[in-house]
Amino acid sequence: MLLQPEAGLLFWMFLSFGIVFAVLAKFGFPIITKMVEDRNAYIEKSLDAAKEANKQLAHIKEQSEAILASAREEQVKILKDAESTRTRIINESKELARAEGLKELEELRKQMRLEKEDAIKDIRRQVAGLSVDIAEKIIRNNLNSNTEQMAMIDRLIDESMVSKS
Amino acid sequence: MNSRLKYIFVLVCLFVIGSTSSYASSEEHSLEGEKSLNVKELILDHLADSYQWHITTWGDHQIVVSLPVIVKGENSGWNVFSSARFDHGHAAYKGFYIAQEGDYKGKIVEKNASGEEIRPWDISITKNAFALIVCSIITLVLIMSVAGWYKKNSTAENPKAPKGFIGFMEMFIMSVNDDIIKPCVGKNYKKFAPYLLTTFFFIFINNIAGLIPIFPFGATVTGNIAVTFVLALFTLVIVNIFGTKEYWKEIFWPDVPTWLKIPIPIMPAIELVGVFTKPFALMIRLFANILAGHSIVLGLVCLIFVTVKLGTGINASMTVVSVVLTIFISFVEILVAYIQAYVFTMLSAVFIGLAQVEPHHAKKHD
Repeated sequence: MLLQPEAGLLFWMFLSFGIVFAVLAKFGFPIITKMVEDRNAYIEKSLDAAKEANKQLAHIKEQSEAILASAREEQVKILKDAESTRTRIINESKELARAEGLKELEELRKQMRLEKEDAIKDIRRQVAGLSVDIAEKIIRNNLNSNTEQMAMIDRLIDESMVSKS
Repeated sequence: MNSRLKYIFVLVCLFVIGSTSSYASSEEHSLEGEKSLNVKELILDHLADSYQWHITTWGDHQIVVSLPVIVKGENSGWNVFSSARFDHGHAAYKGFYIAQEGDYKGKIVEKNASGEEIRPWDISITKNAFALIVCSIITLVLIMSVAGWYKKNSTAENPKAPKGFIGFMEMFIMSVNDDIIKPCVGKNYKKFAPYLLTTFFFIFINNIAGLIPIFPFGATVTGNIAVTFVLALFTLVIVNIFGTKEYWKEIFWPDVPTWLKIPIPIMPAIELVGVFTKPFALMIRLFANILAGHSIVLGLVCLIFVTVKLGTGINASMTVVSVVLTIFISFVEILVAYIQAYVFTMLSAVFIGLAQVEPHHAKKHD
């Protein structure tokens, strides 16, 4: 009894399953599976995009780090340059100042020598004049005795010698 | 969590109590009629189809849902009337009556001109047909509501993930799609996925509905051979319509020594039988499993009434045993409901996959 399919139930089963199948196969499951697959594809795409973005970000970071490092290097170099330039300039100016000072000193010395020479010349001229004057005076005064004359000449010579030395 | 467990427990108890009371009521009915208990008859009565939906007997009054009878008599043409006209099988209407014995026991029959009992064309909406239609509507509403959600809320450019029940259904559908259909059918699976998914949910919902002992559920729909026959027929047709040339070649000219094919086509005959045995096995497997599950539950509940005569002590203890076992079997049946839907779908998918054979040289490479 249980193993005999009933025609009526076969009919209803055929009808209801057929309708359910037709409707679900057309409007039900394909939409669901398609949407889920679309979503999976979308997620995959998003993940890929995120990965790509991350990679780019890492690249950019790397680049910026490289730039930073080179900038730092540049900075060090510039500082070193500045340092050396400074010391060079200082040295140069020191040198220059010393040379200038020496030159000035030399000039001063030269001038002093010239002035000294002038003064000596002047003194000599005056001494000569004085000598002439003295001689004049002596001559004008009476050349009384030979001894006196001689003493006088000796004194004068001594005097001149002393003044000369 | 705890309160949820309690809730589930209460629900299960209600089901069991509901089922026992409904079985008990029909038991009383049969006791009144025959004054003795025939367990076999009782179980078969419950599993068999009927023209009305007997819910319970309240005192002397039977509470039934009368279903429409649609029959075409030998000369009276198509008749549509309520099964209440038969007065629970005691009355005849327009020459039709329900046979009480014989080959057509329990079916509508009429007498032909020579006075023989014959079966008219009968497409009445019986208990099973009614439950079938209800479950079909539930399946349609369920899946279409999920599909409708996607139509309304999700586009290919801006996809959204559903939450709650729709999300659960999506997970369920996709698990069937990805874990059964995709690996079993192979690379052409998209073409067959709608059919296999429909089969799975149709069987699953009918199985689960068969376990709920409250009108309009509780009929043994998938335990009826007509239902599984149609399901298997669909699989048979789809397997063979979409079978590749290679599939047909392997049936009628398989790769075996020639003497197996000519002059007596032994192998083709075996292969041809195989074409029909595969869906036949599907039909019997689903039918037998569900029928057996329902029979076990009925049998266990009958324990209570069988032991009435043995005294109060034994009866009370057997009642406890019966309820505990019924709860256990009900849980097993929930599992079976899923497993049978799973197996039917998986084997259909495998048969479809086997019919999608590629020419042999492609196979030898892997």
